[in-house]
Amino acid sequence: MNDVVRTIDDATFRKQNPMAEFLRMERMPHIWCPGCGIGSVVTSFAEAVKESGLDMDKIAVVSGIGCTGRVAGYVKFDSLHTTHGRAIPVATGLKLANPELKVVVFSGDGDLTSIGGNHFIHAARRNMDLLVICVNNFTYGMTGGQMTPTTPTTANASTTPYGNYEYPFSLPFLADAAGASYVARWTSLNARNITDSIAEALTRKGFSFIEVITPCTTLYQRRNRLGDGLDAMQYYHDDADIEHGADTRNVGIDYQGKIKVGKFVDRQKPTYLEAVNTHYANVIGDDYELYGKTPPEKKAEEDAKKAGIDDLSEADSTTCDSEDDA
Amino acid sequence: MPQLPHKVTADPKGVESGPHFMDGDHALAEGALAAGCRFFAGYPITPSTETAERFAERCPAVGGLFIQMEDEIASIAALIGGAWGGQKVMTVTSGPGFSLMMENIGLAVMTETPMVIANVQRGGPSTGLPTLTAQQDMMQARWGSHGDYRIIALVPDSPQECFDLAVEAFNLSETYRVPVFIMTDETVGHMHEKVVIPPADQIQVVERNWHKGPKEEYRPYQFTGKDVAPMVKAGDGYRFHITGLTHDERGYPALTPEQGKKVVTHLIEKIDSNVDKISRVEEDGIDGADVVVISYGITSRIAIRAVQDARKAGLKVGVMRLITVWPFCEQKIRELAGKIKGFVVPEINYGQIVLEVERCSAGKCKVISVNSCGGAVHDPEEILTAIKEAAK
Repeated sequence: MNDVVRTIDDATFRKQNPMAEFLRMERMPHIWCPGCGIGSVVTSFAEAVKESGLDMDKIAVVSGIGCTGRVAGYVKFDSLHTTHGRAIPVATGLKLANPELKVVVFSGDGDLTSIGGNHFIHAARRNMDLLVICVNNFTYGMTGGQMTPTTPTTANASTTPYGNYEYPFSLPFLADAAGASYVARWTSLNARNITDSIAEALTRKGFSFIEVITPCTTLYQRRNRLGDGLDAMQYYHDDADIEHGADTRNVGIDYQGKIKVGKFVDRQKPTYLEAVNTHYANVIGDDYELYGKTPPEKKAEEDAKKAGIDDLSEADSTTCDSEDDA
Repeated sequence: MPQLPHKVTADPKGVESGPHFMDGDHALAEGALAAGCRFFAGYPITPSTETAERFAERCPAVGGLFIQMEDEIASIAALIGGAWGGQKVMTVTSGPGFSLMMENIGLAVMTETPMVIANVQRGGPSTGLPTLTAQQDMMQARWGSHGDYRIIALVPDSPQECFDLAVEAFNLSETYRVPVFIMTDETVGHMHEKVVIPPADQIQVVERNWHKGPKEEYRPYQFTGKDVAPMVKAGDGYRFHITGLTHDERGYPALTPEQGKKVVTHLIEKIDSNVDKISRVEEDGIDGADVVVISYGITSRIAIRAVQDARKAGLKVGVMRLITVWPFCEQKIRELAGKIKGFVVPEINYGQIVLEVERCSAGKCKVISVNSCGGAVHDPEEILTAIKEAAK
């Protein structure tokens, strides 16, 4: 190994890093292992934010506990690193308290679907306006490679030393069944697709779920003798097939089996807050003050008032009707 | 110079001024609305549900939002998000739900997130006596989440005080950036009485202490052990970070014993060094008393009868009603212990706050617990017997 020769000092290096706009550079280096897929997803996220043109001050990132849970600590947004499994309810509170925010949850498979599984299905059911990115590496990395709800049957984990005998969750199927309005899956090899998916999800409303299959080289790969990060990329290259619109009942992942990727679900229906406002406006009428209007909506309403137009309630009921098309 | 919390009068939109006939649970919701709370996340549980119902009903008229979460864990998590989204936030629960909340009460303590949690206590352990009264969660309020910290807990003895203390709980929680508990009970929660809600301009409300300086100077924490740092809300461009990990002033993880000491000391000292400002105790007939009855919540109202009977019988009996149970009024108890014959401590539990009284009186006087296993208030006779015993 050659020593790294830097021609610039550390501070300049950090400042000039292309990710400096998106990362808390003072917190680098990060804790993730060589070959880990979390960094790739964070890079795609940064690219997607750039692509979306959204105001970075209005994006908040919430994560729970685990390797992926550390994302909130590294990204240069308003960020909350919460407790194990609870990122989604914290994000729910954040979004409802300040509806102009775009709230993004970064979570690992164990955090999101084991300890946090109940919150996941209920946020999807409510069509809470959140983007949930799940970095699924089939294992608990932070605690040393235990079995998670997504560990494929027969795979080795430290708590299934003779191989896993449980049935795993297929997360796109779970999200779809629970009511998510956008569901996509990629592998960490599909960097551009992840970026495009995140950019698309950032600019749409409702509960969006993106699963990214990634390697945990230190634990899952090693314990199952699957090689390093490059071997994982080879596996994704050979066995991940794009099938947009695939029936989510058929996208489960067997141990080292085929991985279906793509955008599986994209349906429009009112978000939780839209449902609140539409319902109250219908039931209570003019006395109801719409909750959580974003500044552009407030401005539009004021402009409409000035122009003597009062078509807000009509616009809302149109949104509600679209549920039938879903 | 730390910026001091800003006191204003209540927003009239949330204040239903005038005389009402309502129960304690409903009064809690009215107090929260008067204090400026506009975000409530909760999960149904007897005997607390009426507070959530009242808030849900009042929301559309006051520009607030109620969300029924999937469980109590999610409810309290949503409060943490809600507070950092800029709102004053509240939830209500009872024993089993209180247990579920403990994990994220710790996160709120660690991230110094203001919030109000009402526990309408019922008999336990476990599902226990869902519809019957108790004061069995007093120690859980103090110690329930893991790690070392302090919280504030207030105990109302009437529906009127449910309203008053709800306002005060929000004020304390904003001042000290700490979760504040209202440890009421089934009896007060379901008791209907006259509640007078003052005009909005007579209700003092502590506004959140928003950071006013340049954005780049903002630090979410200061570890002085006296004051707390001002807050900001997500979306205002501060790009703040908070974590449940031990952290530095920037909110960044700092995982060393030295930083652990700094953080824990601050979390404890910011309450302990302000006990005089926080603690409220109602006293009657303490001077020259031989026996002092210490009680709180509904038990105080039962104790009054026993004290009256004892005084009629010629005994010198004083009364201390703890409105603030945590932080505990240690100094008062220490001083009294050297002067009186004994304390009598009736509680609807097997003896919880009496342990604090014993600790502070340090063997200088008798301490008699009048305990109960929950489910019903005391018979004043039991308290009277204990007073006579203490006076011997």
